[in-house]
Amino acid sequence: MALLAKVTVTPKPVVNDPQGVTVRGGLEHLGFAEVRDVRVGKYIEIRLDAPSAEEARRRVEEMCRRLLANHVIEDFHFEISEADIDHLSTNGDSLERPESHLSTDGEPAEGPGG
Amino acid sequence: MNFGVVVFPGTWSDRDCGWVVDQVLGARLTYLWHKSPDLRGVDCVILPGGFSYGDYLRCGAIARFSPVMQAVAEFADRGGLVWGICNGFQVLCEAGLLPGALIRNDSMEFRCVWTDLIVERDDLPYTRETRRGEVLRIPISHGEGNYFADPETLARLEEDRQVVFRYRENPNGSANSIAGIVNRRGNVLGMMPHPERCCEAELGGTDGLKLFQSVIQSGVEVLTA
Repeated sequence: MALLAKVTVTPKPVVNDPQGVTVRGGLEHLGFAEVRDVRVGKYIEIRLDAPSAEEARRRVEEMCRRLLANHVIEDFHFEISEADIDHLSTNGDSLERPESHLSTDGEPAEGPGG
Repeated sequence: MNFGVVVFPGTWSDRDCGWVVDQVLGARLTYLWHKSPDLRGVDCVILPGGFSYGDYLRCGAIARFSPVMQAVAEFADRGGLVWGICNGFQVLCEAGLLPGALIRNDSMEFRCVWTDLIVERDDLPYTRETRRGEVLRIPISHGEGNYFADPETLARLEEDRQVVFRYRENPNGSANSIAGIVNRRGNVLGMMPHPERCCEAELGGTDGLKLFQSVIQSGVEVLTA
């Protein structure tokens, strides 16, 4: 089944987040005096095929542990839902047309280990 | 002494390191392309500065999966000298060859300035031409050089004397003013400052040369032992 994982990676509470502090300062500057704290993280969408949502959860958990989050400084959580294949993102479209992703030296862009 | 300088897509300090090895020191230089797992018999691997893989996801996060890094990890495991500078330090942390991580500078600024480094270890292959307590003037050039490790890891680093360089004035918020650390065995060094940028008087200083000369000196002793 086609599934969509929405992964959120955030700095661990014990890690200083200078980006968050700076954004908070900006919001204060704009008059949002009620803002107490801001933490800046990352949001990652992954479309994947899996026999079940449970198996997808297991795989995405492994992706987070091995690459998407650095356990020294970051926490992660994710949600799995059924992917809406009619609304593929630009990235999803271009994956089927690799010629549209050429690197500057003319080689097809490759992932690590390629 | 044969230095291998690793080149990832986005590396920018490879030619600077190569220039020092080849033109300033007259040592043997081999560029190691990231796609090849063959270290071609080098004695010391340098992971230079830059933005490997565009710093996508996190600094160094993608570079560590390169074929060359598999070989570098095995080389380090055998006791080979692996020297990560700036982005190279970030790659070593991501690869788990050194503890901790490098996060955004607390100033939120990219800092490109000269720093004074206090030498904490002068008994390593990288620092034997320095003295403990000596101050080296070496520039930094990074946006994410703020060394972070949990309190237990920091305590262990200090206890095992793994801190090699400390900033005299902390430019980025690094824990314990750490500018460079070594693994317990003493063969894998990671440092944010750029010694390759201060090896000729024309560039404003030559303190970086002491580290390169230390490595050469270590190599000479291995060969003659």
